Amino acid sequence: MKDIIKELRTAGLATFFLAIILCCLYPLCVWGLGQLLYPHQADGSLLTEAGAVVGSSLIGQGFIGQEYFHPRPSAAGAGYDAAASGGSNLGPLSKKLLDMAAQRVAAYRHENGLARDALVPADAVTASGSGLDPHISLQNALLQAPRIAQARNISLESVRKKIQEHSEGRDLLVFGEPRVNVLMLNMSLNRTR
Amino acid sequence: MDMYGWIQLALFAGLLLALTKPLGVYLASVLDAGGKTFLDPVLQPCEKLLYRLFSIKSQDEQNWQQYAVSLSVFSLVSLLFSYAVLRLQHVLPLNPQGFGPVSPDLAFNTAVSFTTNTNWQSYGGESTLSYFSQMVGLTLHNFVSAAAGIAVATALVRGLSRHSARTIGCFWVDLVRINLYLLLPLSLILAVFLVSQGVVQNFKPYAAAKLLEPHTAVAPAITNIATQTIAQGPMASQVAIKMLGTNGGGFMNANAAHPYENPTPLANFLQMLAIFLIPSSLTYYLGRMVKNQRHGWAVWAAMLLLFLAGLTVCWQAESAGNPRMHALGVNPLGGNMEGKEVRFGIFNSALFATVTTDASCGAVNAMHDSFTPLGGLIPLLNIQLGEVVFGGVGAGLYGMLVFVVLTVFLAGLMVGRTPEYVGKKIEAYDVKMSALAILILILSILGFTAWAVVSNWGLAGLNNQGPHGLSEIIYAYSSATGNNGSAFAGLTTNTPWLNTTLAFAMLFGRFFMIVPILALAGNLAKKKLLPQSEGSFPVTGLTFVVLLVGTILIVGALTFVPVLSLGPVVEHFLMTKSAVVF
Repeated sequence: MKDIIKELRTAGLATFFLAIILCCLYPLCVWGLGQLLYPHQADGSLLTEAGAVVGSSLIGQGFIGQEYFHPRPSAAGAGYDAAASGGSNLGPLSKKLLDMAAQRVAAYRHENGLARDALVPADAVTASGSGLDPHISLQNALLQAPRIAQARNISLESVRKKIQEHSEGRDLLVFGEPRVNVLMLNMSLNRTR
Repeated sequence: MDMYGWIQLALFAGLLLALTKPLGVYLASVLDAGGKTFLDPVLQPCEKLLYRLFSIKSQDEQNWQQYAVSLSVFSLVSLLFSYAVLRLQHVLPLNPQGFGPVSPDLAFNTAVSFTTNTNWQSYGGESTLSYFSQMVGLTLHNFVSAAAGIAVATALVRGLSRHSARTIGCFWVDLVRINLYLLLPLSLILAVFLVSQGVVQNFKPYAAAKLLEPHTAVAPAITNIATQTIAQGPMASQVAIKMLGTNGGGFMNANAAHPYENPTPLANFLQMLAIFLIPSSLTYYLGRMVKNQRHGWAVWAAMLLLFLAGLTVCWQAESAGNPRMHALGVNPLGGNMEGKEVRFGIFNSALFATVTTDASCGAVNAMHDSFTPLGGLIPLLNIQLGEVVFGGVGAGLYGMLVFVVLTVFLAGLMVGRTPEYVGKKIEAYDVKMSALAILILILSILGFTAWAVVSNWGLAGLNNQGPHGLSEIIYAYSSATGNNGSAFAGLTTNTPWLNTTLAFAMLFGRFFMIVPILALAGNLAKKKLLPQSEGSFPVTGLTFVVLLVGTILIVGALTFVPVLSLGPVVEHFLMTKSAVVF
């Protein structure tokens, strides 16, 4: 019995003092170093325009207008809800998933003026895991380019150039996939208007 | 399966191999109470202070029962601490979003989940928990449950390497040294690197962004959207240890798929490496301690083999994609992108899913629920094999050693000799304890699943019907029992019944496993050392690796093939050969 009380006391002390080191000092250390070395990233890579926050370069945003590049479908809240991240979690045989995909494929072909049997990029009609994916594939962006050129009354060439400017290659030439940041691309389109 | 995938895989395996020895050597000094490390000048004063506060001495030793009691008492006390933090978060500081207290069953489930190194999450982080709850209530366990796992593995290795000994080390000393010298410095480095990649670390309220194009969303309900609320928090510090400690609990609901938790492919690569780093080095530590380095590498090789086999199947299945989607006009070259991020693509999602379930990490960078049937079978099977492929920190090694004991025993039966392992005679007691550790996992997984699938409370949470629904339930109990924490996340588990049964599955999977392991450690330590003879079964080389892999697969296959056939396998054939949908 005395042993158990001694063990309980040690366990209590260990919980308390380890919490101070691991849950206070350590996060504060990372916070201090982060704010000192990478303040922009540590505060969320936020983008501002005329002093107001308009988003984050890491977090996707919903767009539906003809003059904007469209991001991937999102299952986060009502779409791109950055306080409720998440995927659809629908399995490959889910009727809901397949019905939605059929709709999205039809809509994508229609708004981008594609042929009725044109293949649609996989990322354009599937929801991401986070619901906040800021990127689309290069192929997806290029298929949307004519629509944007027409809606904004600018040359297709200049839209393609914008896509090139905002496409990111693989990290260190090997890691991950090439991609285009939708929010950054749309912001830059607005700036040239 | 493109060239870039193969290059990334080669880099991943190569770097893991290169880091195994240096960190293994370092581990050997950390796990020796009197060991010297290059961090002594900074950390030793802190270590000594902690011993003084706990009134213990660094040369104290415990027998296996005392070790088990200390570990259990500490787990219980820290569990209650986290439960209290979660229940009281509305009165505690650092709650800028003003979240209310966590409900009793969810708080119990969450506290158990983090104490057992599972990090199963029935909640969404950014919509439920305050910064204080995350940083103190949960991060504490990310460190100490990882340290406890490594401590148990260390105790077992000590049991193997000592002879005619009564003690297997001191839990409190192991706990302090592993946290201070191993987890803390590694986490600090990784966390700062992650901030440089874009992982947030602040205490600000959620940011409000004015949308570039305010618009009306039509699904799921008509909503006018003019602003975007962007969740923030002290994330980098928690993400670093959640990977290194193979905990896996996400700061945000979407875990490592969230662009803040895992912003770049480079950050993703290092997070995956961080998961395997310590488990891989522990095999080197094993070899060093039993004075048979080739045995350590043989265990490593068996792990690598199982890892590569699983990865290839998962990668292939996800690249091939979903034929039902292709029939609708989706480009088949894109693979199965539902639930995946563009920056990671197919390969890095498949690799992450394999790594996180080989180890008992459970972080996810893609939604396993939306994987193809065979792609999702691999994570599930990895967990059911006992997460011994590198495995959780410590838990992977002691799980693997149980299979090694079993392999040696089976080999002994085949040739008709008394089995021995690194100079220790393996007797009835040792085999019983090993078998017990394996059977408890199986009983908990299959028992709870069987109960849930015939109960209304089990079926109520399903997001998918048909065979995929069965997969969701079996995945939940496998993940909880295996202390993994990843999920087929469509299953709505935040209900009193599921929260409670899953919490018990986690407790069984953790402590009913640890106690037999410590008993085995204590019994092995007592034995005398036998001289190596001609008849000793060699625990190095190809024969051993093949036998070990075979034992793991046979135990796993015999147990889980029936239920896997009814879930993912039947779903695969329905997907490719029929028109049925659910």
